[in-house]
Amino acid sequence: MSVITLTINGELVSARSGQSLLEAIRDQGISLPTLCYLDGLSTRGGCRLCLVEISGQARLQPACTTTAGEGMVVVTHNDKINRYRKMILELTFAERNHTCAVCVSNEHCELQTLAAELGMDHVRYDYLNPQLGIDISHEKYGVDHNRCILCLRCVRVCDEVEGAHTWDVRHRGIASRVITDLNRPWGESESCTECGKCVEVCPTGALFDKGMSVGEMKKKTNFLRRILDGREKNQWNR
Amino acid sequence: MNTVDLQHVAEEEQQRQQQLNLRLFLCYSTPCLSAGAERVKNALDGLCDELDEEQRPTLEIVATGCMGPCSRGPLLRLARCDEPEEIYEKVTPEMACNIVRAALAAQSAAAEPLPSDFPFFACQTLIALENNGRIDPEQIIHSIARGAYSSLGHVLHEMTPEQVCNEITRSGLRGRGGGGYPTGVKWELVRKAQAERKYVVANGDEGDPGAYMDRTIMESDPHRVLEGMAIAGYACGAEQGYIYVRGEYPLAAARLAKAIKDAERRGLLGSRVLDSSFNFRIDLRVGAGAFVCGEETALMTSIMGRRGQPVPRPPYPAQRGLWGFPTLINNVETFASVAPIMREGAEWFAGFGTEKSKGTKVFALCGEVVNSGLIEVQMGTSLRDIVFAIGGGLPDGGTFKAAQTGGPSGGCIPADHLDTPVDYESLQALGSIMGSGGLIVMNETSCMPDVAKFFMEFCMDESCGKCVPCRVGTIEMLELLTRITDGSAMDEDLQTLEDLCHLVQETSLCGLGMTAPNPVLNTLHYFRDEYLAHIRDNRCPAGVCRLDQVPLLKLPEHAEQLTIFKEEH
Repeated sequence: MSVITLTINGELVSARSGQSLLEAIRDQGISLPTLCYLDGLSTRGGCRLCLVEISGQARLQPACTTTAGEGMVVVTHNDKINRYRKMILELTFAERNHTCAVCVSNEHCELQTLAAELGMDHVRYDYLNPQLGIDISHEKYGVDHNRCILCLRCVRVCDEVEGAHTWDVRHRGIASRVITDLNRPWGESESCTECGKCVEVCPTGALFDKGMSVGEMKKKTNFLRRILDGREKNQWNR
Repeated sequence: MNTVDLQHVAEEEQQRQQQLNLRLFLCYSTPCLSAGAERVKNALDGLCDELDEEQRPTLEIVATGCMGPCSRGPLLRLARCDEPEEIYEKVTPEMACNIVRAALAAQSAAAEPLPSDFPFFACQTLIALENNGRIDPEQIIHSIARGAYSSLGHVLHEMTPEQVCNEITRSGLRGRGGGGYPTGVKWELVRKAQAERKYVVANGDEGDPGAYMDRTIMESDPHRVLEGMAIAGYACGAEQGYIYVRGEYPLAAARLAKAIKDAERRGLLGSRVLDSSFNFRIDLRVGAGAFVCGEETALMTSIMGRRGQPVPRPPYPAQRGLWGFPTLINNVETFASVAPIMREGAEWFAGFGTEKSKGTKVFALCGEVVNSGLIEVQMGTSLRDIVFAIGGGLPDGGTFKAAQTGGPSGGCIPADHLDTPVDYESLQALGSIMGSGGLIVMNETSCMPDVAKFFMEFCMDESCGKCVPCRVGTIEMLELLTRITDGSAMDEDLQTLEDLCHLVQETSLCGLGMTAPNPVLNTLHYFRDEYLAHIRDNRCPAGVCRLDQVPLLKLPEHAEQLTIFKEEH
């Protein structure tokens, strides 16, 4: 495997060729916030938190969708980027009803953790307070749209790993919602295999196991790597 | 069909047309139809039937595409042999019959035609629109008589793909969809890309409010677009083209579908085009009503049958486009300029326009002007000439306040800059963009924060929802603008708005989000005092916003009164 060298925050580092810039940066122990990115799923570039500055490019680029290139000069943190990340996070919070105190994922939530990490202590924008429903028609799981940040990890894991494509998105823009099976209640879904991968990859409390109370919903996303690695090594074939 | 046959057919048709005593061109495009062109056509057809056997064969009624001055429709153009053409405006069925009867009797009609030096026509340079109003778009023979597919024949038999790309590069043609990327460079990139398959895509998803250049080109001269695409296909090595038409344009889609079929039947598209070894198929794709599908990556995902959402660039379509293959994607108007360039040569085209912006640009002139309609002017024409000479100034003695260009991605050009030459760089320097070509003229009764709010609402509605800054940023910007226009904003809100504008501009995924704040930033730059009047003095200088109707709960002092009110009862 060939190796490339690039400069990250003024330091010359090496990376594998073909690696994404995000992986290269994280391999150096630099923490870069992400919400839509998840190791094992296709990249999306939608949360805009991993934006970095690359010399020679006029615009900030998302590290997750950019391939690390030989001789790239990358800046991951500076005043402008930090400010923008905070503002984007504020927008994410303002969009729906993220009330941590009553959330099943309180203290185990990626959104909450990121807000704490980036020092986002208030939201300067109007809370939109949309009136959104909860679907608990499924026997094992529930979806609370109030806590959804539209990272679409559920959509991608269901399509790419489980192969069921139960999840999708309806409408556009601010009216977008994740849906199951052409917007039928989850419990009536015929394509859902009840594997629960979507619940495990959801960064917030939007997807949860039924019966969980405040702060009880802990999620493990490392199972994804195990499944995918196992597939590659044909461990699951008898 | 080979090139000789093509020429033969063209000459035959030209001869037939010359032998006619009287040709009536009736504008049958959407604006004129809504003004009653159909009734005029019926009346003329009726008149035709009344004529005697001798006169009837010498007369032809042609239902054409757009002639330009849409606000003066329905338009009727009279072409008599040996006599100058005459154009009549606002034609009624009775008027049309009188005009034709008078013309047949070689008398002067009671109605006055538009003067022959009418500035609306005199100040224009027609290249992309040269056939508009002169052919029946549903009859391929009319297009062929005006030289359609002859450039393609020339290119296929006399030129190498490299030469074609060079010619386009030398002509200085730039993307007419608004970006202004050099077309020749793009073609060259796709030509050089090594791939098993390549594609050519025409972007006819024109969504800017008030813009209808692409629609008119597709409706009035579909073969021009197809020919441009075929030349591009030859130049880039593509054998498949897609033309993506907005879902709201059913007539354009129907005419293109017919045009493709007609061209294929005559061997002008399909396998072995014009008896050469070049194959080129064009398929029509109709959009489902999303503005974002005008963005090239979203358009391509839509063509592939997926949810129309943009994907990050790079990779650019020229590297990885449709189904991962190199794809050339240009606007319909760009393709419409290709055939004349190949016919007349790059130098001829480069002779028009300014140093960096060559050729002509089609604008949809609308808003507060006397003559609204579709115009094509040389790049570098001053805004003053467009608004006052071609547009005929503002009606009812209105004063010019600003011209909005580029739709929801552009901005407003104030009266101080009326003498700016209209080209890509000058408009960009003013904080607006060329855009696809919508040009809305506003008088003093337009309130700038209100205009900005209108465009923001549009962007909010059309945001696809993929990235956070655009999805949430647009609605938050709209919220702030609503507060400004209803009088409940405070000074800090203006700062928040500006910061948010910069954020959305710099961090959004695609062009829609990147340019959505332009109308706000641009009006803030030129008309900041208007915003301040709204915020500080609770006054709308244009008298548009109803600032006295502040919702009670939005102001602290009102909220206090409300509590007292509650306690009393």
